[in-house]
Amino acid sequence: MTEKKHHTAHHGKKKGEADKEWEPKIVGFLCNWCSYAGADLCGVSRFQYPTNIRLVRVMCSTRVSPHLVLEVFEAGADGILIGGCHLNDCHYMTGNFHTEKRVNLMKKLLREAGIDEGRLRLEWVSASEGEKFSKVVTEFTEEIQKLGQSKVHADDMVKAKVAAADDASETFRLKALVGKEFNLLDKGNAYGDKLDPEKFRGIIDAATEDEFERALILELARIRPMSVKQLGMVMDTPTDRILRHIVLLRQNSKIAMEHPEGFTPVYKTVAIGGEQ
Amino acid sequence: MAATDKIGAVMVVGGGISGLQSALDLADSGFKVYLVEKQPSIGGTMAQLDKTFPTNDCAMCIMAPKLVSTGRHHNITLVTNAEIMAVDGQAGDFKVTVKQRALRVDASKCTGCGSCAQKCPIETSDEYNENTKIRKAIYVRYPQAVPLVYSIDHDKCIGCGICAEECKAGAVVYDQKESTSEIQVGSIILSPGFDEFDARLKGEYGYGVYKNVVTSIEFERMLSATGPYFGTVMRPSDGDIPEKIAFIQCVGSRDEQVGNAYCSGVCCMYSIKEAIIAKEHGGDIQPKIFFMDMRAFGKEFDEYYNRAQNEYGIEFVRSRVASVFENPETKNLVVKYVEKGEPKEEEFGLVVLAVGLRPPEDAVALSKVIGFELNADGFCQTTVLDPVNSSKQGVFVSGAFSSPKDIPMTVAEASGAAAKAATEIASARDSLVTKKEYPEELDISGKEPRIGVFVCHCGINIGGVVKVPSVAEYARTLPNVAYAEENLYTCSQDTQEKIKEMIKEHDLNRVVVASCTPRTHEPLFQNTIKEAGLNSYLFEMANIRDQCSWIHMHEAEAATKKAKDLVRMAVAKSRLLEPLENLMIDVNQKALVVGGGATGMAAALELAKQGVKVNLVEKEKELGGNLRKLHYLPSGEDPEEFADSLAKEVASNPNITVHIGKGVKDIEGYVGNFKTTLDSGETFEHGTVILAVGAQEYKPEGEYLYGKNPNVLTLLEFKEKLKKGEVKGDSYVFIQCVGSREEGHPNCSRVCCTGTMTAAIKIKEKNPDAKVYVLYRDIRTYGFREEYYKAAAEKGVTFVRFEDDVKPKVEETGGKVQVTVTDEDTGKEVVMTPDYLVLASGTRPYTESEALAPMLKVPMTKEGFFLEAHMKLRPVDFATEGVYLAGLAHGPKFLDESIGQGLAAVARAMTILSKKTLEAEGIVASVDETLCDGCGICVPTCEYKALEIIVDKKDETKKSLDLNIGLCKGCGACVGACPSGALTQKGFRDEQIVAMIDAALEDDVEKQEVRQ
Repeated sequence: MTEKKHHTAHHGKKKGEADKEWEPKIVGFLCNWCSYAGADLCGVSRFQYPTNIRLVRVMCSTRVSPHLVLEVFEAGADGILIGGCHLNDCHYMTGNFHTEKRVNLMKKLLREAGIDEGRLRLEWVSASEGEKFSKVVTEFTEEIQKLGQSKVHADDMVKAKVAAADDASETFRLKALVGKEFNLLDKGNAYGDKLDPEKFRGIIDAATEDEFERALILELARIRPMSVKQLGMVMDTPTDRILRHIVLLRQNSKIAMEHPEGFTPVYKTVAIGGEQ
Repeated sequence: MAATDKIGAVMVVGGGISGLQSALDLADSGFKVYLVEKQPSIGGTMAQLDKTFPTNDCAMCIMAPKLVSTGRHHNITLVTNAEIMAVDGQAGDFKVTVKQRALRVDASKCTGCGSCAQKCPIETSDEYNENTKIRKAIYVRYPQAVPLVYSIDHDKCIGCGICAEECKAGAVVYDQKESTSEIQVGSIILSPGFDEFDARLKGEYGYGVYKNVVTSIEFERMLSATGPYFGTVMRPSDGDIPEKIAFIQCVGSRDEQVGNAYCSGVCCMYSIKEAIIAKEHGGDIQPKIFFMDMRAFGKEFDEYYNRAQNEYGIEFVRSRVASVFENPETKNLVVKYVEKGEPKEEEFGLVVLAVGLRPPEDAVALSKVIGFELNADGFCQTTVLDPVNSSKQGVFVSGAFSSPKDIPMTVAEASGAAAKAATEIASARDSLVTKKEYPEELDISGKEPRIGVFVCHCGINIGGVVKVPSVAEYARTLPNVAYAEENLYTCSQDTQEKIKEMIKEHDLNRVVVASCTPRTHEPLFQNTIKEAGLNSYLFEMANIRDQCSWIHMHEAEAATKKAKDLVRMAVAKSRLLEPLENLMIDVNQKALVVGGGATGMAAALELAKQGVKVNLVEKEKELGGNLRKLHYLPSGEDPEEFADSLAKEVASNPNITVHIGKGVKDIEGYVGNFKTTLDSGETFEHGTVILAVGAQEYKPEGEYLYGKNPNVLTLLEFKEKLKKGEVKGDSYVFIQCVGSREEGHPNCSRVCCTGTMTAAIKIKEKNPDAKVYVLYRDIRTYGFREEYYKAAAEKGVTFVRFEDDVKPKVEETGGKVQVTVTDEDTGKEVVMTPDYLVLASGTRPYTESEALAPMLKVPMTKEGFFLEAHMKLRPVDFATEGVYLAGLAHGPKFLDESIGQGLAAVARAMTILSKKTLEAEGIVASVDETLCDGCGICVPTCEYKALEIIVDKKDETKKSLDLNIGLCKGCGACVGACPSGALTQKGFRDEQIVAMIDAALEDDVEKQEVRQ
């Protein structure tokens, strides 16, 4: 994989900030046609909700890629709300079906990264559901209050894991599986068969675990060379599994073995390059 | 433009969904439109609906974009709160006198902020919510109303003066007078809709007496999230959630006692929908629907009906309810009815009356003023062959005003009427529309962003909560902000001038407005900056009213902080904005019509009359299609004669090239630029395609001795014999639903019941003593077709209902056909030995349709009919732009409905063919070819078929992505799918979104906070 650009300007903590009472930072992505209109109607009807959320309008909820969501978590958000049209109401016909599939992936990646998946919420809000919107935001804000402040900026391991989840979300393998999920389940595969959704979920979950672990290995070994055992300990993952990942990453020239010290080889992430 | 004495403008009377569709089609194809509405805002009945069948779409969600487009269309003038006083002149040149009642609010000043209504001390009942809610004496009909202008209900207003004090825009004008104006138009379209039947007239159901008896439209509001109970179904008597709800059908329909013999056509479906939604809102609610015949005749309606029974467990009882009584203690309602001969009663918590459709109250007045005829039931008179023409030339009709009908049929007719209205004045196209001229666009490339920020008080709507001056001051401290100011109303006309001045004075190259919602106001400000020479995409909005001051009314400080955050986010994005180009696509202004039946010929002729060159392709040796197989129409016209006259007209029209006995081999290209190859090898180019390929009668081989006994015939075969005088016999049995409403073909074929009535009546006319039996499941003679059912019954035709799963048995005994059926009503077996057994067999698509679908990248239903872009609001469109469908290829339907759709397809096609170039969307996907490796994962995510993988001709391993900007709608689905980062969405690039997020999560607001 090519070196990925991170657009995020990571803001360091300022002095004295810790003293301040923590207020959840929540970002909401709303589709232009239903949810954003529902949020407007909420205002028109004067339904109140907490002030923490900052809303970003997109044309369709499907625009909110896993990469965007993970990048927002990397930037320090405590919670993300995605709002779209109800299924079958999408202004672009099937956009929200894709959103649904992608949110499954995002949640799985969050679990892998040790971020409570409750920090990400997908809601269908129609243009006439102003009250629902206020309820959703109120509930979600309370939920985030309970979950507490995101540790992304406080804990380097969490930060690395979120970055790894972000990288994993951008891999061809996950993009391909999730990108085709809707059509494969709904319209049938190359053989004209319809796949069992449970089974397909299992395939995606396994791939997500793989890709996350690989990305995390690369993330960790980017900072300093690491051995299989060290990686296994830090990542809390069986060493044989780590080794299998390393074998593949070396094949793809994404990680290189450094000169072994004693009997334990260490690996370092290749700075540039990968599949060209 | 050719010299013409016709007026290139159309008046559309009635601003419901029908009027909106007609107005938009006409305004988009070169005509000026005056949309006259009697209410202060447009939207009609559909705006009151919660959901719509059979997709359960949220009505407001799908309608709002059309409302907004109509409201801001530069070729549509809304004339609201108005009525037509007089019409002079003739087709092509009418002078219409319109009276506009006083709103007592200056529409040019009112910003729709609503602070007047907040303070108004007078409460009255809210008609939009069917009086289930309260509104004020100064009000808008509903929150999303277009135009968003408040008006004073003069009957209720006490003139206290509070609203005028409250209105910072000075829009309240107590002494405003009604005004009269004369408007010149070439055609008139009538779409005033319908009124609901007054349920008080059915005293036995207790409406108006018992609190818990409500009408279906009231119930619709009760289901709605914007209704009185926020979507929870409650009893008006005590607020309890009813455990059981009874739906009573045919209230004011199919009822000669109240003078409405016709069927209202929509109630069965809307009641099923309401029952389903009620069930969805509260899982324990048990709805029960009392009906006579379940008329689920539309596209995929029967599947909806099946789901209601099997998935939702909704109960259906075939019975006309006799009466309803209230238990005075519990306020529950006892419903009395007779089922299978047995009197029964049952208690319910709530009763919903499915009220029928009546002609609008002002129908008679309209018909007199304009001079068109009403039918016996008071609806606008039309004919089967001219379904959208009124009796007066140049005056057309659509929607429920000509007969009760559902939304998809209404929308199709609305487009159809637009086509007819346009043909009348085709020579005056483009003569009255305005094209806005803008100054040349300033080149901002390489320039540092210089952002202007305009923060709106919106009277006190924002300023009353958010400290606007401190927001404006804060904006000035943000990087790249060159200018910031606050306005009382940023949307007012004088502020637009101010914005333009400031752009010049401060050399601004980006503008941010912090006010209300971009959904309604972005186009206004985009237009302003365009007038100042800036590309309209160099604009960003911060929604600090609807999504800030209004939802944090009691938290001034937090709301102010949030407003600053929102401004900072908008500024952050605006820094990264870039000019976007609306790509222009050349249009080949010719048309292709596939199919030479009634639909295809009607479409081709209408296009040709509007000056469009048409290629009409028909696979058979002769034009006419199913017209030549019908033999009789229930209304009396001769279909064969009609086919001949259409074919003759087609042949003599110089704009139409007919390709007979030929099939389409290939169609390639996209909107405005198609190329077609026929199987004969001929090719031609065109800008749009209309698919009117028809359908056929199912041949029920192997069923009911069909094909084995010569006296077992399909309905069309029988009619042919009848027409030729070859039918000899005294007894006839018709079996309905042959090949319809059964496994594999779950839906209704719509036309067979009426077709059976036509044949049965003909038999009886020829031989009054003939014994005619019709074995049926539901008689679906909807709308005015009920009259044929009645006529057949009056002539002595016997109707025997059989259970859905117990088909009649047909055997042969001694060369004679013997039919055995169990009469559902009596439970007794009836044996008949008719001379003829007629099978009313269903409508099936042609298998050839399947070959067309992949060529045009259009979808089909599982039954093999074409599937339109949206079942409710885009009945003749495909998602693929420039391709339309009409007639039986869309699904079974009657001749008038097919012609209506054919005309509708013309109006839709003309929105493209009337232009030399098409303007594509600005917010579209773009692909970085250096990053794309042609993996193709994005392709299936595009609903609009804008993406295609091209394999390199020389090197097969090299693939690239072809993105057709002309087809892209800018949803961004592909962007999220792309694994290589090659796809981006203009206006919503990752960098732009992330810049907003980073700005949102910045923590240093306090640092920059300016002391008050």
